Order: sequence, then structure tokens, then C-alpha cells
Amino acid sequence: MIALLRRDLALTLRSGGGFGLALAFFLILVVLIPFGVGPQSELLSRIAPGVLWVGALLACLLSLDRIFQLDFEDGSLDLLATSPLPLESLALLKALTHWLTTGLPLTVAAPFLGVFLSLPGEAVVWLVSSLALGTPALSLIGAFGAALTVGLKRGGLLISLLVLPLYVPTLIFGAECVRRGAEGLAASTPLLFVAGITAGCVAALPFATASALRVNLR
Amino acid sequence: MTILSGVSFSVGGGEALILRAPNGAGKTTLLRCLAGLTPPVSGEIGFGFDDVAYAAHADGLKAQLSVAENLRFWAEVYGTRDIAPAVEAFSLSALMGRRAMHLSAGQKRRLSLARLLLTGRSLWALDEPTVSLDAEAVGWFAQAVTAHLEIGGAAIIATHIDLGLPSARVLELSQFRHDPDTTSGAFDEAFL
Amino acid sequence: MSFWEYANPKKFMETSSWLLPWVAIGSLLCLVVGLIWGFFFTPDDFRQGSTVKIIYLHVPSALMAINAWLMMLVCSLIWIVRRHHVSALAARAAAPIGVTMTLIALATGALWGQPMWGTYWAWDPRLTSFLILFLFYLGYIALWEAIENSDTAADLTSVLCLVGSVFALLSRYAVNFWNQGLHQGASLSLDKEENVADVFYFPLLVCIAGFVLLFVALVLIRTRTEIRARRISALRARQRLNDTSPSATPKEA
Repeated sequence: MIALLRRDLALTLRSGGGFGLALAFFLILVVLIPFGVGPQSELLSRIAPGVLWVGALLACLLSLDRIFQLDFEDGSLDLLATSPLPLESLALLKALTHWLTTGLPLTVAAPFLGVFLSLPGEAVVWLVSSLALGTPALSLIGAFGAALTVGLKRGGLLISLLVLPLYVPTLIFGAECVRRGAEGLAASTPLLFVAGITAGCVAALPFATASALRVNLR
Repeated sequence: MTILSGVSFSVGGGEALILRAPNGAGKTTLLRCLAGLTPPVSGEIGFGFDDVAYAAHADGLKAQLSVAENLRFWAEVYGTRDIAPAVEAFSLSALMGRRAMHLSAGQKRRLSLARLLLTGRSLWALDEPTVSLDAEAVGWFAQAVTAHLEIGGAAIIATHIDLGLPSARVLELSQFRHDPDTTSGAFDEAFL
Repeated sequence: MSFWEYANPKKFMETSSWLLPWVAIGSLLCLVVGLIWGFFFTPDDFRQGSTVKIIYLHVPSALMAINAWLMMLVCSLIWIVRRHHVSALAARAAAPIGVTMTLIALATGALWGQPMWGTYWAWDPRLTSFLILFLFYLGYIALWEAIENSDTAADLTSVLCLVGSVFALLSRYAVNFWNQGLHQGASLSLDKEENVADVFYFPLLVCIAGFVLLFVALVLIRTRTEIRARRISALRARQRLNDTSPSATPKEA
């Protein structure tokens, strides 16, 4: 299992496109927002939690179609499916790799981008913790969407349509947590909900992902 | 949709079976059934899928990884320590540091066949393994299969060419072609 | 006789062919009676005026929007567990009807909201939940359309339907948490004192019955169409096989 994780990380690093792309997209999105809504800092600080969460979510979406597609095209997914590694672990590992190369860097970058949007200082800790707990759920749900569309030639757009509605609860609780943090309210309840969603996704979604992969490999 | 019906064969340890059929007759489908990827519409497969090493048309190599990294990855997945026999059997040692994207089609094929030796599995299910191999490499492949049979392994190989395996039996698949006029339990035929 | 006999496409076609006209007539009767009764023979509400009459479309369509998803969920489960093709095709047939019901509910709600709340749209939990449900329907239909092999499509959409149901429920609660709403409580419930007055209640029940029957009729029609489409493709496939197979040549000669 470690071998697969190491291989996929090496592949993402060598082929480029991995972290770099998601981070650059996140940066550009956050920079564009003030051009759209104007430079008043009190307005920006009010919308900052939502913008940062939506930005991270969209940046996650960019690389979803690559989770299984490359392995499917070159035939290694067939070989992995017939290997001793259960497909459920494969699903979990792929989501983990995706998180390590997108969710984690986004979480680290988010506080710095918060500065552009005059995010209040007290919200930073909530921003980082909600993203750290919430982005794994985004990767797991994304891996499920990727497994559903792996056999399709142009699955990219379809993934967005399938996955975005599934992202709604995570986004609501995540952004709510940061908003409450920014307003100085108690923010731990939504944070717990985010953690709960991620825990549920870790427990259940790899099975759904694996069954979708099995169907697509038939 | 049913493609083949009435296929029945057995392969014991040390035996090789060559599948022959025209294109599109169901060789790949049959092999994918044997590997546990495609569930058969009906019938029994009398061995565990954990004994099967499957090799498809596609090489399943990662272009950005070197030959050594590709081999070591599969060795780790199958819990095999030593990749030296596999390297030797397909004389890959000169290529070890090269990225797979810089290999020729035949070299890629050799690398992907070397993977079979790392699986440590007893039944090889191979789909057109000799495509793009030169005569010398086909010889190495035949040697590898023979060595595998000698240690009690078995092989089911779909191929068009003569591999020079004297002990191999040949199974013509075209005789098992599914006749659509005989009704089976499939859904689409329930209307007819 | 077992319920599962209807999973046989032939049996389903036979039964549905005599059931369909009755359901269709019943739905037409209920809708005509219910809507005319509701629109012309009930008094105006003392607060809401005549705009209240839109509930005869709004409430039944909203109910059916949710029930269509529930039906798809049940059909998906049946497909996953028992692999009855009619069930998968019925789920596929129900989705576009469900999405239409959701649209009707959203549109009638917006038309009613403008005079009542002063806006066509508000991010109220109920409205938002329906919008999210609409997105779920779109994803489900898009997945059906994108996959060519119908068994693969049935498997994948069933998994999506199961996972989607969990997340749709989760979204419902998340949305409640996110914004307490201005939508009034449920118009119909069995245990609440405060309910819609009887004058409005009976025509509403007739309309709901009409919508349920309309939904059943439409699902039957669409499932029959799907089954016929499958039959055509099965016949074509057999034709192709016969054309290419060597054994067919002597038969023609």
C-alpha cells in the first residue's frame, strides 16, 4: 500500500500539473474576487470565509478526473484490480494521494491568501482547521465521482456535475465555521460537523468507489 | 451480452493452453473472466482469482517512472523481494535507469512481461503477449513460460503466432461462439 | 403469485398495458376536478387573497418531486440486490419526471413568493433544499445519458442514487443549520393542530391524488418506452450477429 502511495506521489510530482496547478488556480481565484466586488476591506473580510472555501473546493475539482483516468488508460488499473491490493484500499489510497497533492497544499496556502481578503486574524485558526478536516472529504467524494466516470472519454465536465451537489454539506459547514470564527462566535459546532462528514466519508465512500470501479472494469 | 457459450477446459500444473480465435471472437473477454475482472453471464471458474496473473494488451507502465521503479513497484505490491530474475529473463539490466517513456514498443512489452515473474502467481492469463516483440525477445518469453511451467505453474495464452512451446495444447475458441438463436437467461433475450 | 413476477418484462408489459389507461383516466379526472374545485369553488384566503390557490399545483408537485427520488432509490436498491432490469429502467424513467416536478414546485413557489414575500427567490432552507435536489436529479440523468452500456449505466446510477440520497439528506440538515427560513411550516401533516382549513384541504387532497396518478402513468409510459428501446437494440444485436456468423449463410441460401 505504501508502494502505491509512493508511486502516485512520484508520478504527480514528475508530471507537473499536480500541486502547482491547484494552488495557482486558488491564488488566481482569490486575486480576482476583489476585482469583481471592489476593494473595500470590510466587504472583503465579510465574504472572505466563503470565497476561500469555494476557491479551495473548485481548486480540488480541477484534478479529480486524473485520479483514476491515467491508470485506466494505460491499463495499470486492470493490473491493480487483479493484484492482492483490495480495490477499497486502492480507492482510499487514491483519495489520500489526491488530498496530499491538493487539499493539504491548499490548506497551507489558505491563511496567506486570507491576507488578500482581509480575513480577520481570529478566523485563521478556524480556516486552517476546517480546511484540514474538510478537504479530505472533498478528495474522497471526488474519488467517488472519478470512479463513476472513469470509463468515459470526456468525464471531466460530468464529474463536476456529479460531485458539486455532493460537496454542498461540507461547504456549508466549513464556510460557516470560518464565518463564525471571523465574527467571534463559537465555531466548534460546524467544525465538528465537518469532521463528522469526513469521518463518514472515510468509513463508507471507499466501498462505493470500489464498486463503481468494479463495474467500470467489467 | 453473451459472446461465448459452452467453453470448458482445464489446465493443470505444468500445462500451457493456447487460445486461438479470429479477432473479436472473445479471447480478451474470456481472459478477463479468468482474471476476475468480468463476471461470466453463467458458469463456473474453478480456481481462485488470487492465483491468476493477468497481462492485457495495454502494458500498464508508468511513463514517468524508470524501468527499475516500475518493476520495484509491482514487486512491492505482490510482496516479492528480488527483482533480479525478472530483469534477467527479459534482459532489461541495461535499461534499468531509463524512464519508460523513452523505451521502444518492444522494450515496453518486455518490461510489462517481466512483471509476471514478480507476481509469484501460478496461473498466467496472457492476452497477445508477443505483440511488438522481435524474434529474440519471443524466445526469451518462451523460455520464461517454459521455466514457469517447470516449477508447476500454468499458462493460458491468447496468441496468433507459434511460440515454440512443444507441450502446449491449442483450444479453438470459434467453436464456442454463442448462437443467439438459443435463448439464454440474459435480459435482452427475455423479450424475444 | 409473487410480486417479483412483474420484474419479467413481458409480464410488466402485459400488466401495464391494461393498467395504464385506467391510471391515466383517473389522473385526468382527479386533476380536472381538483383544480376546478380548488380554483373556482374555494374562498380567497383572508391574508393571501387568491394567490393561495397556487398551492393546488405547488404542494402536489413538491411532494412528487421528493417521492420520485424515493422511488428511484427503491428501484436502485432492487436493481442492486435482485438485478431486475425493469426496476433499473423504471428508475431511469422516473428521473426526468422528478426533475420536472421539482421545476414546477420551484416555479410555482417563485410565482407565489413574489406577491407574498416580495421576492421570487430567497435562500430559505426549503427552497434551497429543492434547488439542491434539482442538481442531484441533473447529475443522475447526466450519468445515465453519458454511459452507453445500459447495464453499466444502471449499476453506476444506482450507486450514485444511494450515495446521493445520503448526501441529499445531509444537505437538508446542513441548509437548516445555515439559514433559518421564512417558508411556512408544512401545509399538510397528521399530528399538527394548525393545518390548512378544510375548504382548501379536500380539493388539495384530490389534486395530490391526481398528481400521484399522473406520476404513475408517466412512469409507466416511459418505462414501456425504455423496454421497447431495449428490445429494439436486442433485436438489432441479434441481427448483426446473424449477419456475421458463418452458420447464417446456409440458412439464407
